[in-house]
Amino acid sequence: MSILVDKNTRVLVQGITGREGGFQTERCIEYGTKVVAGVTPGRGGESAFGVPVFNTIAGAIEAQGPIDCSLIFVPAPFAADAILEAADCRIKVIICITEGIPTLDMMTVKRTLDGSDLTLIGPNCPGVITPGECRVGIMPGSVFSQGNVGVVSRSGTLVYEAVDQLTRLGIGQSTCVGVGGDPIIGTTTRQVLEMFNNDPGTKAIVMIGEIGGTAEQEAAEYIKAHVKKPVIAFIAGSTAPAGRRMGHAGAIIAGNTGTAAAKKAALTDAGAVISDSPAEIGATAARVLKERLL
Amino acid sequence: MKVHEYQAKELLAHYSVPIPKGRVASTPAEAKAIATELGVAVVVKAQIHAGGRGKGGGIKLAATPVEAETAAGQIIGMTLVTPQTGPEGRLVRKVLIEEQTQIDRELYFAVLIDSSIGRAILMGSQAGGMEIEEVAASNPEQIHRVAIDPAAGFQPYQGRELAFALGLDGDLLRPAVALMQNLYRLFIEKDASLAEINPLVVTKDNRVLALDAKLNFDDNAAFRHQDILALRDVEEEDPLEVRAQAEGISNYVKLDGNIGCVVNGAGLAMATMDAIKLAGGEPANFLDIATANDPQRVVNALGIITSDPNVKAILFNIFGGMARVDVIAEGIIAAHNSMPAKVPIVARLAGTNLDEGLKMLADSGIHVERADDLGEAARKAVAAATA
Repeated sequence: MSILVDKNTRVLVQGITGREGGFQTERCIEYGTKVVAGVTPGRGGESAFGVPVFNTIAGAIEAQGPIDCSLIFVPAPFAADAILEAADCRIKVIICITEGIPTLDMMTVKRTLDGSDLTLIGPNCPGVITPGECRVGIMPGSVFSQGNVGVVSRSGTLVYEAVDQLTRLGIGQSTCVGVGGDPIIGTTTRQVLEMFNNDPGTKAIVMIGEIGGTAEQEAAEYIKAHVKKPVIAFIAGSTAPAGRRMGHAGAIIAGNTGTAAAKKAALTDAGAVISDSPAEIGATAARVLKERLL
Repeated sequence: MKVHEYQAKELLAHYSVPIPKGRVASTPAEAKAIATELGVAVVVKAQIHAGGRGKGGGIKLAATPVEAETAAGQIIGMTLVTPQTGPEGRLVRKVLIEEQTQIDRELYFAVLIDSSIGRAILMGSQAGGMEIEEVAASNPEQIHRVAIDPAAGFQPYQGRELAFALGLDGDLLRPAVALMQNLYRLFIEKDASLAEINPLVVTKDNRVLALDAKLNFDDNAAFRHQDILALRDVEEEDPLEVRAQAEGISNYVKLDGNIGCVVNGAGLAMATMDAIKLAGGEPANFLDIATANDPQRVVNALGIITSDPNVKAILFNIFGGMARVDVIAEGIIAAHNSMPAKVPIVARLAGTNLDEGLKMLADSGIHVERADDLGEAARKAVAAATA
């Protein structure tokens, strides 16, 4: 079992003819992902890696049948428009990799998706992978392994780091989700925790947070109220100086709520087990799984 | 991106937000001329990209044009240290000369993004003139927030709600709501990330006025605002950070340690700093090389890091996803060959195209200390920096 995507998911790639979009589409296909169509406006009728390219998503659906998931590599100035096109075509899971989308563009996107049954993952994220079944994103497929630990992270490369540690210790993953590091994202850590909590294929959850914002506190509230499965958490940026922006727009400590200490305290209070070191996320998970006989 | 107070106020005036009369001066003579023209007692304000200027002696009152000239002479050219500049302070190059305002009350008003709801909010408080973070910590109930629906935009009732909460009633209500609406319009039209008026004052003759103004803009939206980009003052930014940006590295922050870090991804970069500290070392920088697959960017990153004389070792922590290890390896080899002083390099490489990258490094014959995981990488880097 898994969340969001699996071996039957029919994927469309927006921006399939771009350099990164193309490279990553090939990796997705190699991994076994069912990429059934691509969209690049003006390039309809071509084909990329054996996948037919269309001018519009509506055209792709008309020719190829239903699409379950869209993967977006469109450049930042045009990415919000790409998300809205996917939403307008009622694609249930929309995964946007693009980094650098203006915040106000995302505000409009978020408002449009409010109250709908569509799920946007990202932007500025590595995507979603259900190991052994479906990779919709940019992650290095080789470090992932099938299993029953769900992984959710604001940072993309920290997903790989945590998963690499898990896999080396023989701990496989149900699904891994990078929610993205921007101030406005489609799906929060808390919402992904809820999906994992309701997924019978997920027995434990590894959650990677970072300084800035209150997403980890919101996740902690949810864990405290609803999650019986073990949660192992790491918060990046314990040692970052206050008031400086560390890459991710969200990763700036302002006031007391954004600090790693405040986030760790909230998560500990909710019953999560904290790994203080980024190098010991896997070992901490292994210890917790052993203790809980999972 | 940040702008100066005088630039922010010019934008405010363009959006019909009331500000005190005044102009910017670069010399004491200009300051005197502006004060003469205003014909009233003035305030002389240092223009730097940091708050708390009054505490450091960067704001002075002047009753006459000659006093304004003297005050400007004292402030221009001074290195102003405020709680926000750090101990090294900032060189003041310009002063804003403004008419003095007879203040009845000081309030706080801002438009900003509340990322937890994904909307712009109006935020106000009767506790004006002090750091809003302090108010939030000590008296959170004094902060009022109103979220704006981006589809409907600012509605006057929302402005009225906040105005009443701030005690802006009677004759002040209409101008206060207009001010809020206009600042919101500026925020949206110019892709601001923060539009803050602190203090927003009520004058003794019962007007609302933006006594100070701070505008920050979304760097990601800069491509559609050439007018805002033109306001950038690189003199206010760290020279190494400016150079990094010019060379395609948008995420470089200089720190005080001696281990230079080149990492892909902001979260992993922060975690790498954490791992170095846990291993007993100190990072010299935060640097996210991001995903652009260009070896030259690695060369540029190493150039920037090694221009910091404190750096005694360099730690590469690359976990390729969209970034490819072979491209990074090509960059390491090129940079190593052109690096004047050979600083020891510890490399932890993993992910996309790892085998290709490792083969290139092995074939190049350069010495790079390899590490298999993050913990080992941090320990080896700390050892190399202290050797």
